[in-house]
Amino acid sequence: MKSTRRTFLKIAGLSLLGVGTKPVFDALAEVEVAKALKAPEALGAKRWAMAVNPKKCSSGCKDCIEACHRVHNVPDFGNPKDEIKWIWNEPFKDAFPGQEHAYIEESFKEKPVIVLCNHCDNPPCVRVCPTKATFRRKEDGIVMMDYHRCIGCRFCVAGCPYGARSMNYRDPRPFIKAIQPDFPTRTKGVVEKCNFCEERLARGLLPACVLACKEKALIFGDLENPKSPVRELLRKNFTIRRKPELGTNPQVYYIV
Amino acid sequence: MRIYDAGKIVTGLAIFIVLMTSPFWLSGGKSSFPPEIKIDTPVIEGLAEKRCIEATAYMKAKHMELIDRWRQVVVREGESLYVASDGKQYRMSLSHTCLNCHSNKDQFCDRCHNYAGVKPACWSCHVVPQELKG
Repeated sequence: MKSTRRTFLKIAGLSLLGVGTKPVFDALAEVEVAKALKAPEALGAKRWAMAVNPKKCSSGCKDCIEACHRVHNVPDFGNPKDEIKWIWNEPFKDAFPGQEHAYIEESFKEKPVIVLCNHCDNPPCVRVCPTKATFRRKEDGIVMMDYHRCIGCRFCVAGCPYGARSMNYRDPRPFIKAIQPDFPTRTKGVVEKCNFCEERLARGLLPACVLACKEKALIFGDLENPKSPVRELLRKNFTIRRKPELGTNPQVYYIV
Repeated sequence: MRIYDAGKIVTGLAIFIVLMTSPFWLSGGKSSFPPEIKIDTPVIEGLAEKRCIEATAYMKAKHMELIDRWRQVVVREGESLYVASDGKQYRMSLSHTCLNCHSNKDQFCDRCHNYAGVKPACWSCHVVPQELKG
């Protein structure tokens, strides 16, 4: 057979293409599916939510706050400017600014109400996060943070209308009373917030604040399950939410 | 051909070559030794078969990819158990699963990472349980 320059180039080009595609196919073949499962004891729900009954809160009690901040290695910097808080007391007038009026009893205005991240259905913090470090878990609605991805831009701090996000302006480790090995600490330049005890739910435990409350003022459960304790409370009581007019659709309900 | 200031240039070149090759002279021609990694922790000594969760060769080459996948799966997909290729299940936790056996982080993780010049940022947040006790 007479080989022309034209056929030679054709064959050379085709073989080069063949050699070039082999690594691509190899790389594709190597991708293995992550072999991972949920723990059998894990608690699951379609939509986790919390109901708070402030009437049951005894004044001065901080059991839920202390339990949460202990298990999550939340630092105490000792000054309100740098304060890190996952769950805290807010005066009624600040927690529910829309409910204030000229004739409200002075003692109600200052009455402390337990507040935390509302795990909104339409969370502004998720929308503004440039790295998707904050995301909403579709399976159960928890608004979560991936601290590995947080770059400390604080858009979420500005975006959250509930003040539920705190920035670590300093290395938090020296300011943690007793570090718990079950949960990582954070590092300087990372924002943090309540995670509805996602790490405890994965191991079959209810949130730390719910278990710590002796008065059972905090009720946790699945909103999609009509038999859950949260749904039962919502059926029997009139409840309000913090700043629902903003359209964030918060999922922490307050019995009034 | 004539070089201007040949003396200065040749002296400069000689000094440069000596300085650049000084690490070889100073080490006396010996190659440096790879780090000695200790796996003689009490938990590992007590194992019937001294094997990590996957084959040793895989762990040596790909432990960083495995751990990276763990963090992705645990944080973003909400799963907590890893199924190893032999079917055994492990909790995906750096502080609890990895460091449970490798409780000598400074003689295991750090020695190799220092030698290879890599600085993983794991420990700025993840807790080393052994350091808490000390």
